[in-house]
Amino acid sequence: MTCTEFLAMLDDMIDDSIVAAETRAEVEQHLRKCGHCEVVLNTTRKTIEIYRSHQIYELPYEVNERLHAAIMTRCKAKRC
Amino acid sequence: MSTIQSIAGENEHPDVALVERVRAGDVSAYDTLVRKYERQIFRIAQHITQNREDAEDVMQDAFLKAYEKLDQFQGNAKFYTWLVRIAVNESLMRLRKRRSGKMVSIDEDLETEEGTVPRDLADWAPDPEQNYSTSELADILRRTIQGLPRGFRVVFALRDVEGLSTEETAEALGLSVPAVKSRLLRARLQLRERLSRYFHRRTRAAQRKLELKRDVH
Repeated sequence: MTCTEFLAMLDDMIDDSIVAAETRAEVEQHLRKCGHCEVVLNTTRKTIEIYRSHQIYELPYEVNERLHAAIMTRCKAKRC
Repeated sequence: MSTIQSIAGENEHPDVALVERVRAGDVSAYDTLVRKYERQIFRIAQHITQNREDAEDVMQDAFLKAYEKLDQFQGNAKFYTWLVRIAVNESLMRLRKRRSGKMVSIDEDLETEEGTVPRDLADWAPDPEQNYSTSELADILRRTIQGLPRGFRVVFALRDVEGLSTEETAEALGLSVPAVKSRLLRARLQLRERLSRYFHRRTRAAQRKLELKRDVH
């Protein structure tokens, strides 16, 4: 397996969606001998993990409550 | 017969019953649905519009529109995916207003070659985020994702941050599954490349230099 072929499989590796055992073995063999691809895989995984665990757009509680109340008031008004 | 029905009920997504109750006139069931998804909808709107005020408006308008159009919701899609699609469209409309009516789509600025091939191959520090304070890290993450073209940013936000499946992301954005897959790979690689400059394993000398610089400021 070449680095380009590995890159094409990167998302499947990250999403754990490689079904064929043979393909999985080829990918793992490539990773054992290619430090660069190993770094790319690990740091891409880390990128996703960091974005998942640190929400960057959070509404303060009070603002969220105000917007929630506004939504429900507007919905109730539509019903009448 | 009753056994078959109860099995179907167990496999049913809990939103289905809530949607049915809203359709039957129970507004409190809609309150539950809004509560469940409001924060996600706000974040998605913020990722697309990059503007806090617009995202707040989109969040309200999307839930109101979904409420009004609930009769058009087909049970073959998840309520959340359907709601995200409404929020995406509302966000694009909001951007269009800001650009005085000029067409806005999620397909803009995708011509870049950046991120197709990984260039930065140096490893990161073991827990790189620990080298920054919470606010510094939030700032880095915000600036980094804001630099991505909208079409990549929104796919990454839906798929990797909000946890939609590839198929749901495609449905919410009106894209094909292969298009979502190709954008997701590009988005992940671009973010990785851009974060590398902050998260590299630093040599002792470089770390010291950084600390000195911080002391001076």
